[in-house]
Amino acid sequence: MSTSTSNEEIVPTTLGGKASDYLDQRLGIAGAAKKNLRKIFPDHWSFMLGEVCLYSFIILLLSGIFLTLFFTPSMGEVTYNGSYTPLDGIKMSEAYASTLNISFDVRGGLLMRQIHHWAALVFVMGIMVHMLRIFFTGAFRKPRELNWLIGFTLFVLALLEGFAGYSLPDDLLSGTGLRIMQGIILSIPIVGTYLSYFFFGGLFPGHVLIPRLFTVHILLVPGIILALITAHLILVFYQKHTQWAGPGRTNENVVGLPLMPVYMAKAGGFFFVVFGFIALLGGLVSINPIWDYGPYVPTQITAGSQPDFYIGFFEGALRMMPNWEINAWGHTLSLNILIPAVVVPGILFTGLAIYPFFEAWVTGDKREHHILDRPRNMPTRTAIGVAGIVFYGIGWINGGNDLVATHFNLSVETITWVDRVLIFVGPVFGFWLTRRICFGLQRRDRDKVLHGRESGIITRSPEGQFSEIHTPLPQGDLHKLTAHDVHRPLTLTEVTDSNGVPAPKLRLAKLRARATRWYFGERVEKPTEEEYRQAISSGHH
Amino acid sequence: MKSLSTRRRHPLAAFVVLALALAFAGTLFAAFLSPNSASADSGTSNAQAIANGKALYETSCSSCHGQNAEGSSYGPSLVGSGAAAVDFQVSTGRMPAQQPGAQIQKKAVLYTQEQIDEMAAYIDSLGGGPAVPDSSKYQVDDNLVQLGGVLFRTTCSQCHNFAGEGGALTDGKYAPSLTQTNPKAIYEAMLTGPQNMPNFPDTVISPMEKQAIISYIVTMRDEPNYGGAGLGRLGPTSEGLFIWTFGLIALLLFAVWIAAHTTKASAERVAKAKAATGAKGGKE
Repeated sequence: MSTSTSNEEIVPTTLGGKASDYLDQRLGIAGAAKKNLRKIFPDHWSFMLGEVCLYSFIILLLSGIFLTLFFTPSMGEVTYNGSYTPLDGIKMSEAYASTLNISFDVRGGLLMRQIHHWAALVFVMGIMVHMLRIFFTGAFRKPRELNWLIGFTLFVLALLEGFAGYSLPDDLLSGTGLRIMQGIILSIPIVGTYLSYFFFGGLFPGHVLIPRLFTVHILLVPGIILALITAHLILVFYQKHTQWAGPGRTNENVVGLPLMPVYMAKAGGFFFVVFGFIALLGGLVSINPIWDYGPYVPTQITAGSQPDFYIGFFEGALRMMPNWEINAWGHTLSLNILIPAVVVPGILFTGLAIYPFFEAWVTGDKREHHILDRPRNMPTRTAIGVAGIVFYGIGWINGGNDLVATHFNLSVETITWVDRVLIFVGPVFGFWLTRRICFGLQRRDRDKVLHGRESGIITRSPEGQFSEIHTPLPQGDLHKLTAHDVHRPLTLTEVTDSNGVPAPKLRLAKLRARATRWYFGERVEKPTEEEYRQAISSGHH
Repeated sequence: MKSLSTRRRHPLAAFVVLALALAFAGTLFAAFLSPNSASADSGTSNAQAIANGKALYETSCSSCHGQNAEGSSYGPSLVGSGAAAVDFQVSTGRMPAQQPGAQIQKKAVLYTQEQIDEMAAYIDSLGGGPAVPDSSKYQVDDNLVQLGGVLFRTTCSQCHNFAGEGGALTDGKYAPSLTQTNPKAIYEAMLTGPQNMPNFPDTVISPMEKQAIISYIVTMRDEPNYGGAGLGRLGPTSEGLFIWTFGLIALLLFAVWIAAHTTKASAERVAKAKAATGAKGGKE
């Protein structure tokens, strides 16, 4: 960058300098660059999970553009005459035939398809892991609740995008997935049938679905995802990144390294690592071998029909649900589909979306937070997260109950029944266990602060008493272990006004008081200054 | 060492005797009565084959299927099962059954092909049934692969999986993998519907169609995995498992690696700060 002042004219000599000067004179980028290129980002491996999502999305865009050049989004029937002989002369949709062509006749086509599909799995997996990191460290707290909502929307859109992409090749598994989707739509009371007709343009499978999904998959959803990713990153930039507690790190600063050159190099390098890794997977590990599945024919099905992993929870919930239906006044309410595929995921996802607001309501905390929580220091939140993981995980496993059955010599019914029980018991147990572990870890932290770390040196006193020498922690560690807040339950003060009339919204306030007691009723206090001094002066360490 | 007789009243003596007696009885059984050694002269004539087959049958099948193959609560009647059923069950090692269960497991084949043929002749003599197919019927025909694929996806893949890897049925039953099954056994299975499999007589799936299905299965299982490692050819579940184990761990390791490597200048600063606090801590 060169700047020109009235006193002396600095003339750039290098190519980069000339280009920068050219742009600066026209766009005035120097000011913005000066501010933003030195932007500080904190360093921690868990802050790079979101980057995995971003990079895999870029890979998805690039490989997806390649695939659109050769894919025909049409359900028109053709007879296949390509180079994959086991399907020679078989009638199939143009979508499936063109996917076979991409796989066998387009140079590099199969590699691109596999890169695209692996990148999709990495994308959704990355979102899930990133989201869990945000959840367990409390990075969703004020001022980042809105960014949590954007991230949540991205997660939902990624599922939708993945499902649409899975359906496009029109192979046997695609069609099976769409048939299940149609069943789910039909189960919605009153409007289900109309929605299904609208969605499929008539009866299943119809002729319009693939072209419609194509538009959704390559234009609509990726467009929204791209826009939301941009908003997501702008907010991260604007609100600054959160950081772990540590010496010199406060709620008002960000300690780390500048974007240019350190993070440019790190992030750029990580992009190529992710790209290389996904390309390796695409080249070495088979994914979605549609030629093995065959074209979609509504009368055909294969054992082991499963969705991609991110739809596995829905599949498992459907497989788990008992066959309950209500038949009344000539209508059927299919609870067997409605509950597992619509109601339960609806509750789960709504809970996920509103959690930051719920927690803020419970804690009554209106401060800004830029220092992350260690998961142990918010035992109830961590336990809720684990309960959610267990709930989701059991549904997920049940989605593959047939493969679990064949690989572990079990019966499908046994697995299903065990999962039916576990989906209720498991989260409760997970919640309880996680809270106990968190309290235990907190007590250990407290102990370390007050008594130092066990040195492993045993001494014997003149009286013959054995004791282990504890060495005090360095100041930095002491700070890290005591930087968190210990929340207390909110107290409900105004029950009635002076005339004995119950306060408005009393019931809600009582509920809130109950919730805060549930969150913070049991807690491990961190050592007070006094306790610390006493421990130091008593000097038995 | 004390003599054996002094220990005859030892509390464990009874168990030792019992164990020895069981071992003795078992050895006797293995030596003289086990199906392997069931003596039967190999006859050339059909009548002789039937007689030999009957002898073999009485030794190792009749306890479940009845003295005259009329069936019992342990096993179905074999009258009318046909030679193909016997050949399939015995030559794949499913019969004689080791133990009852959701499904009879495959195990080592106990009989020679000749003995199997004799048993088949005996069962056939009781009431006919599907005959063992001629080898020309299950020859792989490259021109039938495409038709076989359509038929396979319509009638077989729903239980045996798209790649013939097998799949789960109800109550612990399962459709076995077809990746090792020989063509003759596949043909006989379609013809006779062993265990939990429905049977597909020639009126339902014609001999030509059966040959087509076999051609498809054999061709597909000999094909390479075009996309690389096949992950068991089980569909998206194994792909998901792979990315959540191998993929996630690899990416996390990369992330940790990149985060841990920082600029030289800042690393030095951190080291200096550490040294400073360490020194201070020592003074206290």
